Amino acid sequence: MMARAPLDLEKVLNDPSIRVVVTCGSGGVGKTTTAAAMAIYAADQGRKVAVLTIDPARRLAQSLGLGELDNVPRKVEFEGSGDAPSGELWAMMLDTSRTFDEMVSSNANADHAAKILANPFYTTISTSFSGTQEYMAMEKLSQLAATDEFDLIVVDTPPSRSALDFLDAPQRLSSFLDGRMIRLLASPGRGVMRIVGAGFQLFAKAVTSVVGGQMLADAATFVQLFEGMFGGFRDRAQATYDLLRSSRTAFVVVAVPEPDALREASYFADRLRAERMPLAGLVLNRTHPPMADLSLATTQAAIAEVAGSSPLTAAALAVHAERLTTRTQELRMRARLDRAHPDLPVVEVPALAFDAHDLPALRIIAGQLTGTS
Amino acid sequence: MISDEGSVAALPKKKTTQTWPAAARRARLHVVSGKGGTGKTTVAAALALALAADGRRVLLAEVEERQGIARLFDVPPLPYEERKIAVAAGGGEVRALAVDIEAALLEYFAMFYNLGFAGRSLKRMGAVEFATTLAPGLRDVLLTGKVKETVTRRGGDSKPIYDAVVMDAPPTGRIINFLNVTVAMADLARRGPIRNQADGVVELLHSADTVVHLVTLLEDMPVTETLEAITELRAQKLSVGSIIVNAATVTHLGAASLKPAAENRLDLGRLASGLASAGIDPDPDLLAGLANETSDHAVRVLAEQQCREQLTAVGVPLLSLPRLVDGADLGGVYELADHLAEQGVGR
Repeated sequence: MMARAPLDLEKVLNDPSIRVVVTCGSGGVGKTTTAAAMAIYAADQGRKVAVLTIDPARRLAQSLGLGELDNVPRKVEFEGSGDAPSGELWAMMLDTSRTFDEMVSSNANADHAAKILANPFYTTISTSFSGTQEYMAMEKLSQLAATDEFDLIVVDTPPSRSALDFLDAPQRLSSFLDGRMIRLLASPGRGVMRIVGAGFQLFAKAVTSVVGGQMLADAATFVQLFEGMFGGFRDRAQATYDLLRSSRTAFVVVAVPEPDALREASYFADRLRAERMPLAGLVLNRTHPPMADLSLATTQAAIAEVAGSSPLTAAALAVHAERLTTRTQELRMRARLDRAHPDLPVVEVPALAFDAHDLPALRIIAGQLTGTS
Repeated sequence: MISDEGSVAALPKKKTTQTWPAAARRARLHVVSGKGGTGKTTVAAALALALAADGRRVLLAEVEERQGIARLFDVPPLPYEERKIAVAAGGGEVRALAVDIEAALLEYFAMFYNLGFAGRSLKRMGAVEFATTLAPGLRDVLLTGKVKETVTRRGGDSKPIYDAVVMDAPPTGRIINFLNVTVAMADLARRGPIRNQADGVVELLHSADTVVHLVTLLEDMPVTETLEAITELRAQKLSVGSIIVNAATVTHLGAASLKPAAENRLDLGRLASGLASAGIDPDPDLLAGLANETSDHAVRVLAEQQCREQLTAVGVPLLSLPRLVDGADLGGVYELADHLAEQGVGR
């Protein structure tokens, strides 16, 4: 019933010119599972694949052999979980603050880097600035891509409040570190008054009384130490951005057929298009296509008829009726999405009755994603 | 800290079970958390509606700047002020507030430092983001501080303005830090009004006026996060009011049929004759399709039962809401509120 071309992930994942696949979408839609399933599929096709996860469910992490945060990819062992792939599957879980530390160390001499790493304000930035995780995920991707060790890198984006965060994070962080506020507060009194007048001094006083003088002093030291590194950071962020925009990359938006997730997916598709990022399409997870061909009206009439005589039949028909109703909702939401994004290729992955947290289950999902099951 | 009454799991189909504990009945601040994607905002809204029954006034506050309440109630984005958004059964009312961190900080500066006039230029310069980044805890202190103000505000008759405040709080992954204002204060100055505000928040959150509810689905990951959150909340001496199971599957299969159905051993002969008696031709494709659908359903129901057992074992009162097949629109929120009322909320 849908005339458009479906999302052909078999083609995307077999295309040797595509070296990076990024999954994005709101939290809880199965991004990590989708990323892992795509990675295992590509490995089964003979490619050397690394999957970069951010915060996988514990059991999924275990089945990928990821016991803890570990900033380098490890090869996934398939003992006891089916055939080993003809290619290679590597996996890693991002350690945000370690990635940040490494980035600082590679941009400054040892003495200078040590001072930055010891600064309390740096600790705050590298652990709690909203967006640091997104920034570091992209930084890590950039590093892995630069090694040229992998045929394909599949990146899972962090579970953020908004799916767009990871595109904006580098910009936000660098404009924050580079920003006027830090300078103004760190060295008040110089040319400040002309900008905001007396209000600013009051504000500076208020901020000092709220966060304490020590924090501001740390911030001032940090700014001085960091000066001169901004250029390098900006260049790297720009390089990552260029990689994401190139034809070597494919974005896959993941959603479930629920209003919030689809709204987020829709924003994301718009945004990627506006940024000229290569959007491959949308994976619609956990759909409920009916498996039996029996209309809702007939089903409901039959339930009424057999309710007393055959409870088993009535129950099976009730399951079917609920599935049809759910499906009607899904198709309505899908139609709305299709209207808003007429060119967006979509592939549906029907809901599994069980959680996918081991390698065989990931292969089942991979088969559905690529239409090869 | 947690009362034993009503700690037995309620099955979704039972109607009159009272599982809403005394601690929750007494509380005036209901903090609603849950893993992302569990329907936290919808459940918080339903809880507010149920608590507002019979002429009470309840505030539904969101603190994540997502405008989730406005979307749910299909109204334009909420401004930083309390607005009536729904009428509850028996003439009660629900008001909504989207706490805006910038507005809260500027309000705070205006109150204590006469800084109102400079607000706009400070905002333009990124001052608010700067201050909250410099001291991440400040954000949470301001958000919880604003909510505390609504809980303790009194009207002309010196009675509280709100009978209850329901906070749509950050997800389980962040809830401990969010509520742990004591730690957040480590970032902040040792004296001054912000400190006093933080002290007041700590007192409220640890008093009998506050309970935390955790929304979960009957799936592995949300259940694991819920159990972890309960352990951590207890360690922080924060009172867990209830676990609210959302989107539970309602089954029509008898207990004896679940396991065979899940294992694809459904009695196809019985199914075929049942269909035939309803005038439907039981061809093999149809039989196989229905059996597969029933099998998927049964596997899910059994998995949900296991999840429910895990949740029951922690001894926190468990409330249960069915999956709404028609989607979570505004009508659905009222439906869920009715389900909560049937389990004792607002009684």
